[in-house]
Amino acid sequence: MFDFVGKRFWFFLLSAIVIIPGLISLGFFGLKTGIDFKAGSSMTLHFSTAVNETQLRSELNNIGYKDAVVQHTSSDDFIVKLEAIDSAQNVALMAALNTDLKTTTEQKDFASISASVASQTARNAVIAVIVAAVGILLYITFAFRKMPNPLRWGTCAVIAMIHDVLVVVGIFSILGWLAGVEIDALFITGMLTVVGYSVHDTIVVFDRIRENLSKGGGGNFENVVNSSILQTMTRSLNTSLTVLFVLLSLFVLGGPTIHYFTLVLLVGVITGTYSSVANASQLLVVWENKEWGRFVSWIPGLAKKKAASQA
Amino acid sequence: MKKDSYFLIFILILIGLSLWTILPTNSVRLGRNGFQLGLDLKGGTHLVYQADLSDKDPSQTDAQVMAAVKAKIERRANGLGVTEPLIAIQGSDKIVVDLPGVTDVDTAINIIGSTAVLEIRVYHYDSSGNAIKGSDGNAQWFLAQALGTDGVTMEDLTGKYLKANATVVLNSTTNAPEVAFEWNTEGAKLFEEITTEYLNKPIAIFLDNTNVEVATVSAVISDKGVITGLKLADAKNLVIQLNSGSLDVPLTVVQRTDVDATLGADSLTKSVTAGAIGIGIVILFMIFYYGVPGAIAAAALLIYTALVLAVYKLMPVTLTLPGIAGFIISVGMAVDANVLIFERLREELRAGRTLHKAVDEGFRRAWPSIRDSNISTFITCGILYWFGNTFGAFMVKGFALTLFLGVAISMFSAVVITRTFISLLIGGGVIKGLSVQEVKKNV
Repeated sequence: MFDFVGKRFWFFLLSAIVIIPGLISLGFFGLKTGIDFKAGSSMTLHFSTAVNETQLRSELNNIGYKDAVVQHTSSDDFIVKLEAIDSAQNVALMAALNTDLKTTTEQKDFASISASVASQTARNAVIAVIVAAVGILLYITFAFRKMPNPLRWGTCAVIAMIHDVLVVVGIFSILGWLAGVEIDALFITGMLTVVGYSVHDTIVVFDRIRENLSKGGGGNFENVVNSSILQTMTRSLNTSLTVLFVLLSLFVLGGPTIHYFTLVLLVGVITGTYSSVANASQLLVVWENKEWGRFVSWIPGLAKKKAASQA
Repeated sequence: MKKDSYFLIFILILIGLSLWTILPTNSVRLGRNGFQLGLDLKGGTHLVYQADLSDKDPSQTDAQVMAAVKAKIERRANGLGVTEPLIAIQGSDKIVVDLPGVTDVDTAINIIGSTAVLEIRVYHYDSSGNAIKGSDGNAQWFLAQALGTDGVTMEDLTGKYLKANATVVLNSTTNAPEVAFEWNTEGAKLFEEITTEYLNKPIAIFLDNTNVEVATVSAVISDKGVITGLKLADAKNLVIQLNSGSLDVPLTVVQRTDVDATLGADSLTKSVTAGAIGIGIVILFMIFYYGVPGAIAAAALLIYTALVLAVYKLMPVTLTLPGIAGFIISVGMAVDANVLIFERLREELRAGRTLHKAVDEGFRRAWPSIRDSNISTFITCGILYWFGNTFGAFMVKGFALTLFLGVAISMFSAVVITRTFISLLIGGGVIKGLSVQEVKKNV
């Protein structure tokens, strides 16, 4: 029988290796927010004549949009981002582009969000994530109310959930400065779905631990958790696989609108499955054995062992 | 056994109903014509207007003012010829306006969002009969007033006394477009008094503080008026605004999202193809991994898809791109309940139970896991729906709703449909040999 629980510190270490670079990136660069959260206008333009990026940029500069960001896409469109402008300003801008660049501008899409709406969205996003975490903590505590220490189960599930949020947020922070990926309302939607999925997965494992504990026998807590993980392993992998199949298909073929949304879900489902097995259940053991300090002393021990084997 | 037959009949009826509802996809069924597509799929614009309630009539509550504004915007959207506009009050002082299929968004914004206050104005005259001048040195326009029907108060003559029957007419001599309007009884009385008082003097019509018409009163008129000098398109738009009534408070656009229809159509095709391929892979995987029960789960999955689509059409659920993604993800998650049950079934068989007993136990023991784990998804769906509601993000709401429905129906599908099929096939002896072999092979 494979000893998952015995490897628990290795799992924690792997989580740390994935999360820490993301956290560092978050600390230095933060998240690149889209107009949903920081106000502004964004539009996709297509010109009937050949217009290059420099021309467009200097034209926008002449009109007075000095901070405009211009991006040339592969399909020969231009994505232009500037301050929040209203309808009249938008009409004037299109007219100016047509005259000055001697072209016909097709505005394929346009979005504009005022500062008040953007800050409200950002605030609501934070509230949504906090309410989700508290709601799930309460729910699991309720579902496991007949077990000793029900709050412990909820807390471990929420820690695993926060783990998944950190993995996704960290990766998107890195993608932000690496590939210019922006965070929008759909990102928050993806995040909350990941939260739901992560807990969904954790509960299946917890449920089995609860069942095996109530059956009695089976030895100590560590063994019960380990056999529960093994018993639910096929299910965890198969379910994640089926979800990953559909997500991958959407990611590759689904078109640009939901590209990064499906990426959030892809990363989230992988880390959600991992954290249920490798974090949530293992944390129950750590808590049961009251060995919080041991992980800290385990890492230097590991380094010493490695040094010794190399010597 | 008999119970299973009843379930089978029930399931068959459901399948029939679902297929009849969704096929062909553009058919009218139970009053629903086709699937309701969101803005991101059929193109159009999503607007959020902020109302400035500081100027409102103090005798009305905020909610009354907002309801009145909403009703007028609805009339204007309908006047524009927008099919299925969606107008909703959000929070205490915002109005969400979704206009599918609108291409000239800037004009639409102008028509819908401008207050369109029509006022009749006149010059005031000093004792020697000269028009009183304003600070800019020009003769100044004042609101025309007349004694109201109560015989006591002086009333301003504004657009609120208009009948909602303004029309565009062509001038009989110049053929130029004009907007003809009529006053209601009260307005006619006021207009008669004013035209009597200002006979042979200039009179002006102002729209949102812009002078749109000046004429000299040549006769006492009571019931009618025209606004001339307009382009045909502007005349049509003015008619829409006058007939809907002027907005009670000024509005500003705080959020706007335009989507190109071709972009939407392209995304729809791509997502549907991606979804079909994804579901196909899931079905192959289930059959490959679980054999006959896997094939049953795959059949249940197809039935599940038909059921969900029927519910979407009948509710109706507005489908958006993330909503379609939510549905496709729910298909992936729907398999979870089946996987949980099959894994249990295998365990029970390994523990030496008979096939029939194993099925009973497998379903019974898998149920708490299925129930408890899906509740967490329901919780997040509820929060997402709230989140989407608070700032009018139609895409977020669409996702929350489709994911919720998908997961809820998937529980039903696994517990009722898959179970009935498996029980029936065991009863018919189809599954017996295969399934046990399958289990032994995997032990």
